[in-house]
Amino acid sequence: MSTTELKEMAKRLRRHVITMTATAGSGHPGGSLSAADIITALYFKVLRHNPENPQWSDRDRFILSKGHAAPILYAALAEAGYFPVAELTTLRKLDSRLQGHTDRRFTPGVEMSAGSLGMGLSFAIGIALAAKLDSKTYRTYVLLSDGECEEGQTWEAALSAAHFKAHSKLDNLTAVVDCNGMQLSGWTRDVMNLEPLTRKWQAFGWHIIDIDGHDFDQILSACQRAEKIKGKPIVIIARTIKGKGVSFMENNVTFHGNAPTPEEAKKALKELE
Amino acid sequence: MMEASTRETYGKTLVELGRENPNIVVLDADVSPSTMTNFFAREFPERFFNCGLEEQNMIGIAAGLAASGKIVFATTFVVFVVCRCFDQLRLCISQPNLNVKIVATHSGISVGEDGTSHQAIEDLALCCALPSFTVVVPADAIETAEVVRAAASDYGPFYVRLSRPKTPIVYPEGYHFTLGKAVTMRQGKDATVIAAGIMVARALEAADILARQGIDCRVINMHTLKPLDETAIVKAASETGAIVVAEEHLAQGGLGSRVAQTVAKKKPAPMEFVNLDDRYASSGKAEELLQRYGLTARDIEESVKSVVKRK
Repeated sequence: MSTTELKEMAKRLRRHVITMTATAGSGHPGGSLSAADIITALYFKVLRHNPENPQWSDRDRFILSKGHAAPILYAALAEAGYFPVAELTTLRKLDSRLQGHTDRRFTPGVEMSAGSLGMGLSFAIGIALAAKLDSKTYRTYVLLSDGECEEGQTWEAALSAAHFKAHSKLDNLTAVVDCNGMQLSGWTRDVMNLEPLTRKWQAFGWHIIDIDGHDFDQILSACQRAEKIKGKPIVIIARTIKGKGVSFMENNVTFHGNAPTPEEAKKALKELE
Repeated sequence: MMEASTRETYGKTLVELGRENPNIVVLDADVSPSTMTNFFAREFPERFFNCGLEEQNMIGIAAGLAASGKIVFATTFVVFVVCRCFDQLRLCISQPNLNVKIVATHSGISVGEDGTSHQAIEDLALCCALPSFTVVVPADAIETAEVVRAAASDYGPFYVRLSRPKTPIVYPEGYHFTLGKAVTMRQGKDATVIAAGIMVARALEAADILARQGIDCRVINMHTLKPLDETAIVKAASETGAIVVAEEHLAQGGLGSRVAQTVAKKKPAPMEFVNLDDRYASSGKAEELLQRYGLTARDIEESVKSVVKRK
C-alpha cells in the first residue's frame, strides 16, 4: 500500500471505531484512535501475515497489550480479511466474537487476551524467545500504552527483554508505545509522570526510535530500521494524540472509556469522510 | 517411614522429561537451587530461563512460550507464584487455557522457620478458583514424579503443590498415578479420611491408631483437587457414612470445601475438617508448627471419633 492508501485505510478504520463503539454504547475510542495509524501501518504494510491462515507458524506476531484499544485492532483484522467487516458492529454484544477487551479464544487473528494492563510485553518476550529457540525468523510486535508503563510488570519485562538470550539476544522484538499522554483520569503527567520516558527505556537496555505516531513515513521507516538492529530489543516511542482524527475527541479524556453518542458519532463520521 | 524430597524428585523428573522432549522449557524466578530446577538448568541451559525476581513477568513469558507450542514449567515458591501472580495466572494462563505447568514448592506451614510471609495456605482456594486449571497435590516423592509426567503430557494449565521438607513415602515403587482418580490407601467401613499432600501419611498413621481402638477407618488420597473424583467421595459417604477432610490449608476454598460441596449435593453425611481454620501460623520447625496448629495424626484421630459419634 502507498502512503496515500494507508492514510485512506486509517481513516476507514477510524470510522469503524466510531461506528462500533457508538453502536455498542460503550468502549474505548480515544486510545483506539491514537493507535489507528500505527495499527494501519502494521497490518497493511509491515506484518507478514495471512488472514486466510491466522495460525500460520511463520507469521509475524502482533500483541495488543493495551487491550482496551480492541476496536481498532478488530477494525484492522476485519479490513485485512480475518472476518467480515459486517461483524464489527457486534462489538461487545452477547455471542459476538468481538469481546470488550481482546480475548484470544474468541477472535481470529487475536494473539493474546488482554485488559489487565502491563502484561502484554511479557507475553511478547515469550513469543520472541520461542522464535529464537526454534530458529524462526518471524518478528514479534507489541503495542503498549504510555499509561501502562506505570505498571511494574512492564519494567520487569523491559529489564528481561534486554537481558535474555536464546541463542542470541531478543532483537526480533519490537515494542511500540502509543504515547497519547492521557489515561482514564487525566493527563499522564498529572496522574503519574513517566517522563523522561525515552531515557527510561534506554536505561533498561533497549534501542530507542522516537517518532510521530501519526506520520506514516516515520512509522514505516522506524519499523524498517528496527528490523536491522542487532543484539537489542527495539522500542518505538510513538508520540500520538488521544482521539486523533475527530476534533472534539482529540485530547478529550471523556473519550478514554466512553463511546460517542449517536449525534457525536454522526459528527465524527462527517469529519472522517 | 522412609522420607524423600518432593522438590528433588521434581528436579530429577524435569531432567528426564527434558531428555525425552525438546519442547520442554523451564522457567524459575531466582530460586532454582531451592526448587531444584537447577538440575534442568545445568543440563539444558538453552531451555532454562532464570527470570530473576520477576515472577509476574515469568508468568507472561511462560504464556508466550506456551502459545508458541512449548510445554512450559514455571516454578518458584508457592507464595510468589500463586499469591503474588494471581491476576497473571488468571488472564495469561487460565482464560486463554495455555499449556503452562505451575509447579510450586514450599507450600503450607511446613515451610517452617521462614514464617507467615512464606507459608502459602491460601493457594488451593486460589488455584481451584481458576477455570481450566488442573490442581494436584502429590502425597510423596513417588507420586510427585508421576504427577509431573502427567502434567507434561496432558494439555492445559496445571498447578502442582510441593513441599519444602522431605515427606514420608506412602507408595511402593512402581505406583501408577491416574489424574483425577483418588487412591484408596486403606479400606475401612466406619469413617473415611480424605487427605492430600503431607496429610496423607498422617491420615494413615491416624487410621492405625484408630484400628487399635476398634474404629475401622478408610483413607483416601485425593491428590487431584480439580477435577475432583466425586465417585470416590460418594462411595465413601455411602459405605462409611462419615467423612473427615485433612489438608495443610485454610478452611475455606481448599479440599475440605470441595469435598463438602460434593457430599452436600450427592450424598449428605456428617463431616469434620482438619485444617488451619482461618488464621496464620508463625515461625518454628515444621513439625512443631504442624503440632501447634492442629495438623497431626492425633488431630485426625480426634476428628474421626467426633464424626463417628454424629453418624
